[in-house]
Amino acid sequence: MTIYNLYIFDRDGQMLYYGEWTRKKQSGMSREEEAKLMYGMIFSIKSFVTKMSPVDLREGYLTYCTNKYPALHLFETPSRIKFVLNTDVGAQGIKELLHQIYTQVYVEYVSFNPMCPLNKPIESELFAAKLDEVVRQSPAYASRPA
Amino acid sequence: MTIFSLYILSKSGGLIYQHDHNLPTIENEKTFSFPLELKLDVQNRNVMVSFGQRDGIKVGHMLVAINGMKVTGQQLDDGRDALQVLQDEANYPINLKFARPRLTTNEKIFQASMFYPLYALACQLSPEPRSSGIEVLEADNFRMNCFQTLTGVKFMVISDPKQSGVDALLHRVYELYADFALKNPFYSLEMPIRCELFDEHLKTALEQAERPGFSNV
Repeated sequence: MTIYNLYIFDRDGQMLYYGEWTRKKQSGMSREEEAKLMYGMIFSIKSFVTKMSPVDLREGYLTYCTNKYPALHLFETPSRIKFVLNTDVGAQGIKELLHQIYTQVYVEYVSFNPMCPLNKPIESELFAAKLDEVVRQSPAYASRPA
Repeated sequence: MTIFSLYILSKSGGLIYQHDHNLPTIENEKTFSFPLELKLDVQNRNVMVSFGQRDGIKVGHMLVAINGMKVTGQQLDDGRDALQVLQDEANYPINLKFARPRLTTNEKIFQASMFYPLYALACQLSPEPRSSGIEVLEADNFRMNCFQTLTGVKFMVISDPKQSGVDALLHRVYELYADFALKNPFYSLEMPIRCELFDEHLKTALEQAERPGFSNV
């Protein structure tokens, strides 16, 4: 049950924050390109899901997983800020974790911070430290394979 | 525990078979008084709600009937224009029925082909080496399972999140595909599958999977 990395995108697709805990394979492209590709994929998946879903979607949460790969969890807030979290396949309770990251970390340290401009990458170290703490304390981070 | 639909994509990404098993129709019928609270717009030659939400009628829903008379596209069955009828105050109070639009065949082809590169992107963006593409995609009220064979053919099943045994079902559909499509001498690869026996056996397999207590034999 490990957490690999976390991306935070704003409503226009700009990457606000990238946090990494474990990463086994680099995708062979620069960080910005990877972020754009990730955002493009998320956007397409969301529109695909909206079209294909037999009933309307209510909450802004979805997840996909592959055989090995970690599952990707997407949490979208009503203000269209997207939190994308990659974990491994056995992780539980990620929806609550993402909600917790949003309310306890993002809202507290970024939205309420008058020095932090919205729509610009987050540079606050306090945010990074608090995020790290919340993630490490979550049960999904408990065991890390060596 | 329902299976909504099944899609089969060829190796090159085109849709070769599609079957809607149990799509729920969401329909809402309400009586409105002038002026109309919802803002209606013409999109894709249909009258759709573009703003305003009330009692289960959401943005994106399509106008299906006025006072019991069916609406096709923008026109009522007796030839009147739907938007004009709605703008005329004399017709109120008026009874309108809205429904969530079903995908047309073209849109299904489009969406299915859209899925193909998403699958490949997932493979590339993964932080762990040598992972396959998307196997399970789960949203609030549906789950999509995708099985990719060794030859690149993808079988996708959209079902209820509580539905179990979908992996077994996907393998069963693969068997049926091998039996009725590939062994058919008149079938060319990557072409749409048009075989009655395949349809029949597929429906039986889907119904069996929906029944509770289905176990993989």
